[in-house]
Amino acid sequence: MQLTEKHREYWRRNLKLTGILLAIWFVVTFVVIWFARDLNQIVIAGFPFAFYMGAQGALIIYVLIIWYYARRMNELDQEYGVHEEGE
Amino acid sequence: MTALTQSQFYQQLKRYYSFYTGGFIGFVILLAILEQMGLPAAWIGYIFLAATIALYAGIGIMSKTADVSEYYVAGRRVPALFNGMATGADWMSAASFIGMAGTLYLTGYDGLAFVMGWTGGYVLVALFLAPYLRKFGQFTIPDFLGARYGGNLPRTIGVIAAIICSFVYVVAQIYGVGLITARLTGIEFAIGVYVGLAGILVCSFLGGMRAVTWTQVAQYIILIIAYMVPVVWLSVSIAHNPVPQLAYGQVLQQVTAKEKELNDPNTVLGAAEASVRAIHKEKAAEWGEKLKALEAAVAAGQGQAFWAEQRAKVEQKLADAKAASPVDAKAVAALEKELKDFPPNIDKLKAKWKAAESGAKAKAGPVPAHAEAFAGKGKTEEEKQKDSDTKRLNFITLVLCLMVGTASLPHILMRYYTTPSVREARKSVFWSLFFIFLLYFTAPALAVLVKYEVYHHLVGTSFAALPAWVANWSAVDATLMKVVDMNKDGLIQLAEITLGGDLIVLATPEIAGLPYVVSGMVAAGGLAAALSTADGLLLTIANALSHDVYYKMIDPKASTVRRLAVSKGLLLVVAIVAAYTASLKPGDILFLVGAAFSLAASAFFPALVLGVFWKRANYAGAVAGMIVGLGVCMYYMFTTYEFFGGSAANEWFGIKPISGGVFGMPAGFLTMFIVSLLTKAPAKEIQDLVDHVRYPSLEGDIDTKAA
Repeated sequence: MQLTEKHREYWRRNLKLTGILLAIWFVVTFVVIWFARDLNQIVIAGFPFAFYMGAQGALIIYVLIIWYYARRMNELDQEYGVHEEGE
Repeated sequence: MTALTQSQFYQQLKRYYSFYTGGFIGFVILLAILEQMGLPAAWIGYIFLAATIALYAGIGIMSKTADVSEYYVAGRRVPALFNGMATGADWMSAASFIGMAGTLYLTGYDGLAFVMGWTGGYVLVALFLAPYLRKFGQFTIPDFLGARYGGNLPRTIGVIAAIICSFVYVVAQIYGVGLITARLTGIEFAIGVYVGLAGILVCSFLGGMRAVTWTQVAQYIILIIAYMVPVVWLSVSIAHNPVPQLAYGQVLQQVTAKEKELNDPNTVLGAAEASVRAIHKEKAAEWGEKLKALEAAVAAGQGQAFWAEQRAKVEQKLADAKAASPVDAKAVAALEKELKDFPPNIDKLKAKWKAAESGAKAKAGPVPAHAEAFAGKGKTEEEKQKDSDTKRLNFITLVLCLMVGTASLPHILMRYYTTPSVREARKSVFWSLFFIFLLYFTAPALAVLVKYEVYHHLVGTSFAALPAWVANWSAVDATLMKVVDMNKDGLIQLAEITLGGDLIVLATPEIAGLPYVVSGMVAAGGLAAALSTADGLLLTIANALSHDVYYKMIDPKASTVRRLAVSKGLLLVVAIVAAYTASLKPGDILFLVGAAFSLAASAFFPALVLGVFWKRANYAGAVAGMIVGLGVCMYYMFTTYEFFGGSAANEWFGIKPISGGVFGMPAGFLTMFIVSLLTKAPAKEIQDLVDHVRYPSLEGDIDTKAA
């Protein structure tokens, strides 16, 4: 089995996407927790911000990250011709 | 059914489960009508227990199979949406269903570590594992380690780690099943465990993964309905808004305002609180004195004598109470119970007194604000700041361990082998988290709504007019709900209420003023959560033993019939051992479950991720990395956790033993890097295998699919 340049590019783009999404994951989780005491001073619709992120905001972003990754990767599979046959 | 195409199969499933959901709602409505006509509460409990277990058994029997691929991976044709629901049920245990909202009630912001940790881990599953494992396409997680790193040693370490993590977890689930069954029907806990066990076995025994998958989908539907209905109702009655997740921002503000009032001794409520807190402070001091005496006795080598003396005091009191005339039956019963539960040795006695002291101390202080992050304790500002920073560090490390642990637990990863394709596996992680998210973003709302109810409608009311739910629950179980008029003013103060976390979810239907049938439904939901998780875990353990140990290592020529027979036999054995362990009521079960995440993270994560993302990772690196990771994590837990004879004084940076994975994981990664680089690069075939899992489809590709 020989990988072509196209295959390598597919893998590089996958790594890039994975890296970007992981960075978002890191920020909404760990950076927000680190500054939670200060961020809680900001209150939106009754929610202190860090509390909101932990209880809801971060979770919504996690769901979106996974949704976007699935969609984008399934597109990339088609674009680079490495998608599965059949249904 | 094999004649159906995948999309016909999907349509058929949608139809079945829509009927099923409608049927379940109809069943609940029917019971509600019967309740109005006078069906007693106990009957409703029995009917719920019998009907749901019969339902799961029915699905289990319908899904029986003699096909290896059906048995291990449900034939690999579970559509993304349904695999998502099954993963949701597999994932959400009794602790998530019953315990989560309670933890949030009791700890406020600091409890959110579990909410974030147990959801954010799916990002790692999606980005690093699910699609690649699906492409690899065999049966178990040790399979991947065995193929990627070659040889039986990585597989064996994988099997051992999978069994350690899954076993403590399954014991906790069966324990939960026993508790719920006992509560729902009034039978004894030890019997409840075995009834629950029967319920677990009927799902998985005949049909393996296939049966477990379809019952888990059914269980998810029940558990999510059971969780949502009371919360929505409570939200309507408190905030006049049927979307609790939006409504509780305003409610939270009212709760915070009330907390300020209770902490201010210049207000009426605050002054009453202050008087109760003073009593708690005295009590804490008394416990402190007793502890000093105990420690002095132990230091003098008189521990045993001291313990006997304390026990004799209780015996004397009991004798006195029995001799008194007239006999106070209640006091005698209480003392008899105290004697029966008397700690069996001096260490346990010390632990009990310590708990009493810290309980009194906590109640002697002001209420922390619900949304406040890392409230620090201490005498000076500096001490407070330091305590707060340690809490923050523990929060972060716990979140990290729970997340990486989520992405390493074999019973979850195994589910992504069951989808028809890589494409579906990716979508399936999305559905999994979506279905888990529905419950996890509701739990914090529920905690705040119940807190509002307690602060506004319980605090300040008279002991003569307790709300019905308080009276009921304090009669059922004093560890869940207890109110004592400590300052004898006839009114309830917050510091006079002792509330167990599990109460929050269990009592919500009554707080919201819903009929008993909803309470029955909530208990059935908790049962579904515990059963579904237990099923997945048992199957993981039995498969690791039957597939990885028996088939791959002992007898690779075994026939299909024999493989399945061995697998089913082992499932039975493991289930019975787990149920027996649970019936002993091991005390530190909750810690052990938390520990499973750290252990899984340390053992599996580096080897799994580097296996896909770093071609240079080899046999020696993986073996060394897994052993060092697991070893460091276990060493840390053994030296810092009292249950194993460790001490908190050995903690590094004040990090709690539950987060030991934060040391194990980097140690595993580092070892794997160094050892891999010092030894020979893996063979060409192994590197081809890595390319194989990286691309959903490649020309001239090798085939790793198991039959």
